[in-house]
Amino acid sequence: MNVLHFVGAFFGDGAHWHGYDGIPHRLLEHVGYSLLALGVAAAVGLPVGLLTGHTGRGGTVLALLATAARALPTFGLLVLTFVLLGLGLLPVMIPLVVLAVPPILVTTYEAVRSVDPSPVDAARGMGMGEARILFRVELPVALPLVLSGLRSAAVQIVSTATVAAYVSLGGLGRYIVDGLYQRDYEKVVGGATLVALLALATLAVFWAVERLAVSPGVRRGT
Amino acid sequence: MNGFFDIPSDLQHSWLGLVGLHLREALLPVLAGLLAALPVAQVCVRFRRLYPPVLGLTTVLYAIPSLALFVVLIDYTGQSELTVMIPLALYSLVVLVPAIVDGVRAVPRETLAAATAMGLGPVRRYLQVQLPIAVPAILAGLRVAAVSSISLVSVGALIGNNGALGNLLADAMFYHRPALAVNSVVTTAVLAVLVDAALVGVRRLLTPWMPRGGRTAPAAAGRPDPAAHVLGEAAR
Repeated sequence: MNVLHFVGAFFGDGAHWHGYDGIPHRLLEHVGYSLLALGVAAAVGLPVGLLTGHTGRGGTVLALLATAARALPTFGLLVLTFVLLGLGLLPVMIPLVVLAVPPILVTTYEAVRSVDPSPVDAARGMGMGEARILFRVELPVALPLVLSGLRSAAVQIVSTATVAAYVSLGGLGRYIVDGLYQRDYEKVVGGATLVALLALATLAVFWAVERLAVSPGVRRGT
Repeated sequence: MNGFFDIPSDLQHSWLGLVGLHLREALLPVLAGLLAALPVAQVCVRFRRLYPPVLGLTTVLYAIPSLALFVVLIDYTGQSELTVMIPLALYSLVVLVPAIVDGVRAVPRETLAAATAMGLGPVRRYLQVQLPIAVPAILAGLRVAAVSSISLVSVGALIGNNGALGNLLADAMFYHRPALAVNSVVTTAVLAVLVDAALVGVRRLLTPWMPRGGRTAPAAAGRPDPAAHVLGEAAR
């Protein structure tokens, strides 16, 4: 009896494939929550990161923010907002977003700021406005790093949303948390497999986006 | 049960006891990760072709949620502290390998040539030249690994109360005492900040030739810090 046996049993059981606690529904829930959190975090982090990176100001504040955010325990924040605010989507979304904003914000800032200044100067010399410089010159060059910031945020959200099953959120974490309570190890390991696969799928999506969106001249050759 | 340091008796530890337990559960894996990362990184530096696949593997491993790794290990190591510590060591390893490789690779060729000319063999060259010069990058990696490890230990509360300070979170739910959750979050965050600061201090001690003061953040200089991409993969 090893883990693989349990995984096989979990996926082989037809009861796990439909209904409210079925894999498709739980997967959709997980993806939905993750996309929502990532969307909100990106809506906050990207504009601020682009702006601060373009002007080059606020680096010290951002560095402090990054350190502070890294020090915050993810699981602790989840439980804290849950016991303070009670049941619902909001108490879970707050920590998910709070934890995803700093990687997006700081990486975007670093990405835009570390763009080679000579093409930026050339663009300015050609009479481009600041907005066009940002979106036509700096952003394309900074895109790989910006995407890597979004990727770490997404990966973190997927992983934290799993743990959030402990504080009543749906999604794939349900299998792990419920399985632990029910002493149903098959369910636990099946859930863990699904969560790991989803994390890998997230990586794959970002890899594909990077392939499509980053101009070949910019793609970092390392 | 009003004081900040009063801990429910079911946790069988005082507040200080939980802090000690938390530090042990978080930092031993980082140490293990460092010890494993040094040879792995050296192999990657030696055989350049190995590095891209290893880098890909570290990205993939780091993406796998901690809870998934914990529960899969239950089958082998039970609901124990070891089950929490093994994945944390793995995360530390995958954070540290790129940091060390980039740090060691950033040593200028002239420096290495000078060391060879002075008669240093490969081992002494590694220990006395490459490793010390790579210290800032390694410490940057260690900071990320240690801080994220301290944060992740709490998740161990889900697998049979093995989360040290994280167990306070479970109790906050059972007894409906938000104060316990506040205690856990604040204490964990303070521990993370203190350990982070201690590692900055260690870096200063180990690299007396580096300029002091100013920003401790990476990439303070014009060119991107070698460890910058590691820091981008901040803790989860």
